[in-house]
Amino acid sequence: MIGIENIIFLIVAAIGIGLFVWQISKIRKNVLLGRDVDLADNPSERINKTLLVAFGQQKMFKRMLPAVLHLFVYVGFIVINIEVLEILIDGIFGTHRVLGFVGPLYSGLMALNEILAALVIIACVMFLWRRNVTKVPRLATGVEMRAWPKMDANFILITEIVLMLALFVFNIADMKRVQLAGEEVVGAYPISSMFVNVFGDNPEQLYIIAKVGWWFHILGILAFMNYLPSSKHFHIIMAFPNVYYSKLLPKGKFTTNPAITHEIKAMLDPSYQPPAPEVDAEGNPVLQRFGAKDVEDLTWKQLMDSYTCTECGRCTSVCPANITGKLLSPRKIVMDTRDRMEEKGEHPAIFRPNHYKALGEERVETTDEKTLLRGYITPEELWACTSCNACVESCPVNIDQLSTIMDLRRYLVLEESAAPASINAMFTNIENNGAPWAFPASDRFNWADELYVPSKN
Amino acid sequence: MEENKRLVKVPTMAQMAANGEEPEVLFWVGCAGAFDDRYKRVTRAFVQILEHVGVKYAVLGTEESCTGDPAKRAGNEFLFQMQALTNIEVLNAYNVKKIVTACPHCFNTIKNEYPDLGGNYEVIHHSTFLQQLINEGRVKVQGGEAFKGKRITFHDSCYLGRANDIYEAPREVLAALDADLVEMKRSRANGLCCGAGGAQMFKEPEPGTKDINIERTEEALAILGAGNGVIATACPFCMVMMNDGVKNKEQEESVKVFDIAELIAQAEGLTK
Repeated sequence: MIGIENIIFLIVAAIGIGLFVWQISKIRKNVLLGRDVDLADNPSERINKTLLVAFGQQKMFKRMLPAVLHLFVYVGFIVINIEVLEILIDGIFGTHRVLGFVGPLYSGLMALNEILAALVIIACVMFLWRRNVTKVPRLATGVEMRAWPKMDANFILITEIVLMLALFVFNIADMKRVQLAGEEVVGAYPISSMFVNVFGDNPEQLYIIAKVGWWFHILGILAFMNYLPSSKHFHIIMAFPNVYYSKLLPKGKFTTNPAITHEIKAMLDPSYQPPAPEVDAEGNPVLQRFGAKDVEDLTWKQLMDSYTCTECGRCTSVCPANITGKLLSPRKIVMDTRDRMEEKGEHPAIFRPNHYKALGEERVETTDEKTLLRGYITPEELWACTSCNACVESCPVNIDQLSTIMDLRRYLVLEESAAPASINAMFTNIENNGAPWAFPASDRFNWADELYVPSKN
Repeated sequence: MEENKRLVKVPTMAQMAANGEEPEVLFWVGCAGAFDDRYKRVTRAFVQILEHVGVKYAVLGTEESCTGDPAKRAGNEFLFQMQALTNIEVLNAYNVKKIVTACPHCFNTIKNEYPDLGGNYEVIHHSTFLQQLINEGRVKVQGGEAFKGKRITFHDSCYLGRANDIYEAPREVLAALDADLVEMKRSRANGLCCGAGGAQMFKEPEPGTKDINIERTEEALAILGAGNGVIATACPFCMVMMNDGVKNKEQEESVKVFDIAELIAQAEGLTK
């Protein structure tokens, strides 16, 4: 039966979903600030990778304890969504546990749901413990872990616990009410059964408690969904496309800029005809920077990376530069990219840049330049990178931190000639001697002098 | 015993071409292999193995030039492509099909980055090449028992390992020795960089609390324990960094850093 309550629900749900779609369109716009890159190749390999790394959580299992805890929350999220679907139908049409008709399957699903909800609560409590009590270094330290990222993480965990508790409140009160009415309980609720009497046995009171639990749960979900675009928790959506579009080539293969190839070929061979430069709508040639100075110089995939990052810090914890006290933190590179993109482009519902900027101890001496380079990321960080790919290897959602670092470095070198002096000396050696050291090219074969091997007979 | 030795005349591509011949494989020596005093010994050990086995190989000699790897990792795409296009012209002129190199940086650059610029070759790292020779029985490692009881730990090069997913070949080469292979805490895909990659080899590190090679050396020394041990490498930069680390820890008497090719050449009795 459809009543006023259902209409209110319908309106609230429509507003919640509409707001979410609006925020997603802003994020889409931001990501499309990036340079175009064709990543539509090899769909079957990409699907396999997505199944393994995103759906299968493959790379999470490099660290067992957080992997198992995260698996509870992940599976819980997916399975509980089936109940959310039922809640939506019940809410709109005024039905009660509309999926109950599937019988034993429904009982199994509801029982699994309850067990998972309990596991989610346990996992979230342990996550809070790791962040705030034992202070696992990768979660609690680092220049980029300022007020907002820490608050964001705690807020997500507390919200998830509260949402699960609301689900239990609804299940307990609803079950008791149905029992008191002498009706058959639809579904099986192993956890709620244990607490079935906590809300007393007044049917009206139980009805209200169940209603409050139900409304709190669904409103909480709608609100949380709209919090996602402002939060690191957005990874629950972006992990899937980001893994799908991740690099399929060997990690050691860096991008090659064809514009430079044409320039060199024209230099080496005067008869070489480079292709006509790209033109914009007015017919003016498009000038492309070499390397990246700001977010629009990065590709859309690199920008997507920054929306996928959940700030777990695995990359930073394995970075040889970071381990040995250098300023570089791959996580900071990714977080800075997102902050700068939202400063320059669109920003989600909650955006407080002052929460991101210098708070407390600050070793990163940024300038007031309104660009990603120097305004957020300093050359000192970029030059500390050994390009070892440990960050890329460690990322559970296939973010390519190294590609962004390299593009920023390229800008420093190609557009500003701003490399450290010893690096410039190395360039000069290669130009003059064909080797990074100052040895004459004519000595290159001297290693072969006076070389003996034992005779076979 | 002088009479049991023969002088090696390392063949160049130019000589081969003049005789109308083509080698089975081009040995790309690399700048470190040609100029770095320590790594020249690795180049010589690898050539001794090639000579001993009878592989038909050649080198470019003075026609070789830097692949451009350090320029590229330092962000100088222009200089990289200058080097790459020039090298590709030389390699294509000699109709080179297969390249072996003892440097993971040269290996990665030629294998992965030259194809976009018109250089298509079968490129293999010397760890894979040695593994093949051992598997085919062409290198028998008869003197392997000299390593009995000796602890060897292999340090993964980033540009061999994570960059190109080659983890087992160098380990299988070492397994041919009768040694006690031990793994560091961070190994294979989780291996810790020596600190030299990304053109760090050519500059001072940024301010920090420790040098990366010291962090890595401490890890190697911890697993090797007291007494004689070997840190095996398969990269010229890793070798420099690990050697410096061992010296810094004043362990150079007991812990030696060797390239896998040197260990195999020793076991084959080629370096006497």
